[in-house]
Formats: sequence, structure tokens, C-alpha cells
Amino acid sequence: MHSRIDNEPTHSYAGYPLRIGQPLPYGATLTNNGVNFSIFSRHADACALVLYHVGEAQPLVEIPFPDEFRIGNVFTMQIFGLDYERIEYGFRFDGPYKPRQGLRFDHTKVLLDPYAKLISGRDVWGEPPQGYDDYPHRARIVPTDYDWRTDRPPHIPIEDLVIYEMHVRGFTQHPSSDTRYPGSFAAIREKIPYFKELGINCIELMPIFEFDEFEYSGRSNPITDEPLKNYWGYSSVGFFAPKAGFAATGGLGMQSDELKALVGDLHRNGMEIILDVVFNHTAEGNENGRTISFRGIDNKTYYMLTPDGYYLNFSGTGNTMNCNNPIVRGMVLDCLRHWVAEYHIDGFRFDLASILGRDQNGHPLANPPLIELLAYDPVLANVKLIAEAWDAGGLYQVGSFPDYGRWAEWNGRYRDTIRQWLKGTRGIVWDVAQCLQGSPDLYAGRGASASINFITAHDGFTLRDLFTYDHKHNYANGEDNRDGTDANYSWNCGIEGHTNDPIVNDLRRRLIKNAIALLMVSRGVPMILMGDEMGRTQNGNNNTYCHDTEWNWLNWDLLQENPDIFNFFKQCIAFRHAHPVLRSKDHFLNRDAVGSGYADITWHGTSAWQAEWDDHILTLAFMLDGSHARDGSDDMIYVGMNMHWTPHRFDLPDLPRDRYWHVFANTSPDIQVEIVTPGEEPRIINKDHIWIGARSVIILVGR
Amino acid sequence: MVALNQKVNYRLIFEMLEVTIEQDRDVTILGLHGELDSQSAPEVREQLLNAVHSDSKIVLDMSNVSYMSSAGLRVLLLLYRRIRENVGQIVVTGLHDEVRDVMAITGFLDFFVTAKSRREAIMAMS
Repeated sequence: MHSRIDNEPTHSYAGYPLRIGQPLPYGATLTNNGVNFSIFSRHADACALVLYHVGEAQPLVEIPFPDEFRIGNVFTMQIFGLDYERIEYGFRFDGPYKPRQGLRFDHTKVLLDPYAKLISGRDVWGEPPQGYDDYPHRARIVPTDYDWRTDRPPHIPIEDLVIYEMHVRGFTQHPSSDTRYPGSFAAIREKIPYFKELGINCIELMPIFEFDEFEYSGRSNPITDEPLKNYWGYSSVGFFAPKAGFAATGGLGMQSDELKALVGDLHRNGMEIILDVVFNHTAEGNENGRTISFRGIDNKTYYMLTPDGYYLNFSGTGNTMNCNNPIVRGMVLDCLRHWVAEYHIDGFRFDLASILGRDQNGHPLANPPLIELLAYDPVLANVKLIAEAWDAGGLYQVGSFPDYGRWAEWNGRYRDTIRQWLKGTRGIVWDVAQCLQGSPDLYAGRGASASINFITAHDGFTLRDLFTYDHKHNYANGEDNRDGTDANYSWNCGIEGHTNDPIVNDLRRRLIKNAIALLMVSRGVPMILMGDEMGRTQNGNNNTYCHDTEWNWLNWDLLQENPDIFNFFKQCIAFRHAHPVLRSKDHFLNRDAVGSGYADITWHGTSAWQAEWDDHILTLAFMLDGSHARDGSDDMIYVGMNMHWTPHRFDLPDLPRDRYWHVFANTSPDIQVEIVTPGEEPRIINKDHIWIGARSVIILVGR
Repeated sequence: MVALNQKVNYRLIFEMLEVTIEQDRDVTILGLHGELDSQSAPEVREQLLNAVHSDSKIVLDMSNVSYMSSAGLRVLLLLYRRIRENVGQIVVTGLHDEVRDVMAITGFLDFFVTAKSRREAIMAMS
């Protein structure tokens, strides 16, 4: 075979044969017979590559980049014959330490490659750090040759998704999970049949980029004295590497293959996987934080700074990534491309995405280049892009996030409005109607599929706690109950906390069922929170970011305790899948565009065809005509909501001849059959009306 | 009943890993002994691929492999690919529980037919 001359070294250092490398791609890349290293720094004077044997405190060698290995602002070299599996690498930079000018070079630190594809140091979750203080999170080299065989992402239309937001460790770490490798990607694979039974076709993983669960070391739970951990992981150490501690094989450095095996298996089962990505800040904190990577490589480039060199804090966590600096923008794009091309990820939910739309001084941009770049990128063309359209600096863009025809949003307005409706708040009936229709008031022109509808998410109460607590109970977080939102729109149904009172518990169950029923018949894209389908509680804590304890893990025994809740979820989800009229990407036209004699949606009250929109009203119903569904042949669907505390009689709208109303779900008290399998609904005989019990929802099918 | 010829035909020794190659009629039995990782992988790969011919029937005996790294998994996968390309067959036997788990978790086990013993592996060969 023809041998290329660039397979031969031109330099040598301490016995290591070298050659100038390729400046792109950044990071460490396996080549024919070596490894190509490349890293950016605009303000550094010099740089050295530091190599370690895996797991050893002292470096194997430190190789300065010769001047001729610097191309523009990129340091690059190729090293031949490296045993890549046994190597950890880092960089040491020389440059000025002038914090007021935004420069924080520190020659004593070895720094993590921002493009590290594998990061060691926290290989097994919760194993105490080994004390490599000078370089705790270390880059490793990983081959990019996974054999995907015929894997092809399912490309499920976003409006057909039922998203399940979950925490990798929390999902199976509880002893009741009955998995072989609890708390891991592998264990999620074992639970795929569970998702299928429930009807979930998309999981959304809370952060899985490498983070440091020991970030809060020194802090403890003031009630139990247990040490607190960074359990949620909204604090990235490196953006390109999966969290080792979430892999059963993390101790062997095989987390990359393990995650890919999970993705492939999900796809084979017709499921998608979305990652919750956190580009708004890093784990390095503010002026007093640790130096892990970015700060010591090029502080001014990677972070938003005040004119005198302090960190701007739009994330509420100490620092803010400088997302619209062209270098950082490129890194975010490279990162997402990496997850799509290398891991076959189907979509991303961007934490505090409004920060991605701020300029380098923190001002909101009208046409943010990063958000536009992601929307138009060819590699990302088919993935879901979902914004948490606000930030901790007061920018709130729900309904106005720059979308470029691509971006969907977590609809925070849906959450707050439906929560209030469920507990019987007056004066919002018009807003409720908007939410049920996919929020045309917010997303006109963008369609209903721009709205990710949710009532609960990791941030805030679980669904059970939403109807168990009036107030948050976050003392265990060690911040005197100051952390976590106060705007919960929750209701304890009369008693604060768990109780044996059967009347209270019946009501709570009913409200939980009302919630999932409304979520599943709302136009838009529904998302449910891990464990809500079995009545998971966090005991009133609405911000459980720091607890790696049994009470914060999903207790699978709840399935035995609350089989009715699980079944209700399962059937409501199946109902959504069975009825395309519920799942249009578009908003309703409010007219009859197909000549069926019925508008696509019609509104009703206790009297048919006469919805009441007055402020005091707590009763509302709507009817969907299945002739308007995408295949034109769906049933009629009627949803009646009585959020009032007494029963009400609802007159039913007339159906076309030879069609009859059938009851799919009815949460009214003392009803024998609350819900049935879609398609097996019993017919209502000889009735033109139906009574809906106090605080109850009914769903009928006309066929 | 097939009489097994257990005579070792070749023995190749690499750092941390030894490969034995035996021939039993038309079946080639490759036995790995030791640790298969990035250090031993490149040479082992060459040797294993050399042992594969068109229509090869290969039994890969892993009963003496205590550890396999990510590079090791890739050697096995390459072997599988090469054999399938040549319309050959491969059956893996003797997987230790830990090695099997790692292969299963990382998705590599899905590629291979496995057998409990060499005899069963040979029988599994059509």
C-alpha cells in the first residue's frame, strides 16, 4: 500500500515521535498510526500537552507545542504510536493572569480539553474522588467507529411524541427497580418494555454530559446530615462526553458504547431519545470557582464578563457561557453535531435557552446567530430542537423564542394555566381554552407542534405533590427553604402533606387523573415526568437537585400501590395514539373546512353549543370532529371538564346519524369504571346529557 | 459423535495475550488467553484475520480471557465482519460472565452466536 509521508514523524520529544497536526477537528482524533491533538486559545502565550497513564497521579510526559505547531490561535500536534486506551491527556497553558482584563491563565493547572469525548475521574457514580487535585477530570481518547448496523432514527413527527422526562440514575437506582445494573444506561435498556407498555415513544434524559456529582462537597442536608450531591447534573464539566457514572461500564471507560447500545435499542423499538443540554453555564462557577477547563484556556472567549472581568450570571449558577462568541458558537454546533452523528440522538432540549440568544455583553439579540445556526444546520436537520425559553436573568420568551421554523418551546404558560384550572381557579377559562388548542395565542404561525405541553417537569412538584402540598418544603436542600419556585399553583386538598384521610386521597387521585387526561387531549406535544404515572412523591420538595437518596429515586413498588393511576396514564396515552385528531401539528381552523357539517373544534358548556366564558365559570367542554384529522376518518371526541366542587349536568352535542357517544374516561366520584381500553368504550344509551361529578373530567368518543 | 482433535497447531504470544489456533476438520478453533486490550489488539487483529479464509468456520474460545477493553471488542467485531464478508461462520464460546455482560451492555454481543462449549459451538455450525 502507498505510504503517505505524513505518517512519518518530523520531530521528537522525550522519545515521542511528533509531527505538526491538523488544526481541525478540535480535540483528540485517532489517525492511522497516532493521535491528532488540537486546541484553541486566542490569548495564551504557550501550551503543552500533558499525558498520563490512566489513573496515575504524575504525568508520563509533558510535551510543549513547538512554535511551528501553532496555526493561528490553534495549537496542534500529532503523536505517533500512542497506546490510546491507556492514556489520559490534558493541556497546560501559559499566559497572563490579569482577572480585571478577563485573563485567568494559571500555569499550575492541567486543563480538560473542551472537546474531550470521554472523561475519566468520576468513573463510578459516588466513588469518592481520588485526589488528583491538579487534574481531576481527565480527557481520554475514544474510537469513533461504533458499528450501528442499519440503525436509523425513527423520525417520529414531533406532534406524535409522548415524551417522558427522566433522570438516568433516578429511574432505576432504587432497589425496587429489579434491574441488573441499577442507575445506568444499561438499566434503561432493560426497561424498554415498560415504556412500551405505558405508550412512551420518546425519553428525554436530564443532563448526561459529564458532570461532577461531588461539586457540592462540604454541603450537607441540615436534617439528616447526609452529604449533598449534584444529582441533577445541570453543570457540565465537558459537553462532548457522556457521564461515566451513568454507565455500568464507566469503570472500564466504555460509557460511549453503552450509551450507543441504548440508543440503538430504543430506535429498534420505535422510540426516540432527546437530551437535556446545558450550554448556558459550566461547572467552573464564578470568580471563586474551580478551574477545570475553559477558564484557564481562554476565559474571555468562553464566558460573558463584566467590563472589569467579573462573571455575568444569567444562569443563576455563577457564570454564563458566551454563546454568541463565534468560537463558542462553533463549539456548541460541533457538540450537537457530535451527538447526532456519533450517538444518533433524536433531539435536544436546551436548558435556559434564552441565554443562547444574548450577545457577548448579555443583551438579547433580535436575530441570534447561534439559534439560527442550529436551526439551519444540515447535520441537525431532522432532530427536534426544544427551548426552555427563559433564563435566570429575567428574559422570558415563551411564545416569542426565535424559531426559524424549527424550534419548539417548553410551554410554561400551559403548565401554570392548567395547574390553576385543575384546582378550580376562576377567571382563566379563556386561557385554558388556548392551552387545550396548542396555545394559538402564543404560537400563531408556528403551529401547535411548537408547544411542548407539560404540567410537571423535574423543576417543581411531582404530579402527586402538586395536589398534596400548598407550599414547597425544601429545608433538606440547606438553603432555608429559599430555593425553588414559590409559583407552584398547587393545592393540598385540605391537608398539607401525606395523609390517610380517604376523602382527601380520593380527591388527589382524581386530580392526578384529570391532569393526565387533559394533557393527553391537548393539541401540542405532551411531556410527562418520570414516576408521575405511579404517583411518585418528593415529599413536597420542589427542587430536588442535590439529593442522591432513596426518596429521590423512582420507587417501582408504587406500581403496586397505585395501579389505578398507572392504568389511567396508560389508557390516556393509548387514546392519544389511537386518535390522530388529537395530534395535528397545526392549530384548529375553528371552521368546517372538509364539509362534514362540524367545525374541527367546537366549544360547549353545560348546554351544548353554548360555552360560557364568564370569569366565574368552572365548566367547559369541547368537541373535535375526526373528519378533520390527517387521514379524515377519526371519531368525534368530546371532553367535558367540571372543575367546580359540585356536580353539573352537561348536555351533549348531537352526533351525525347512526353515531353514538361512548365513554372512554370518567373521573367522577363513585364511578365504577373510570377508564377503558381505547376501542372498547361502552355506549351511552338513550341519553342526550351526562352528569359530571365534582372536579371531574369525562372523555367521550362518538362513533 | 464428532471426535475432537484438541492438538494445538499454533501458539502465538503477544503482550498480555496468547492465541492458540487449532484445526478440527473444517473448523478453526481460535483460543484467546489473557487480556485483550489496545496494547495487544493490533497484532492479535492481524493474526486472527490471517487465520480467516473464505468459507471459514471459526470457533472463538474466550474461556481464558479475563478482561477485554473497548479495543478488544473491536477486534472481535472486525473478525466477525471479515468472516461474514467471506460467507463464513463464527461461534463464540467460553465467555466469562463479566466479559459477556460488558459485551451485552455495549451491544457487541448482538453480533455473535454463542455456545456453552467448544463441542456445542462446532455443532452449531451448519
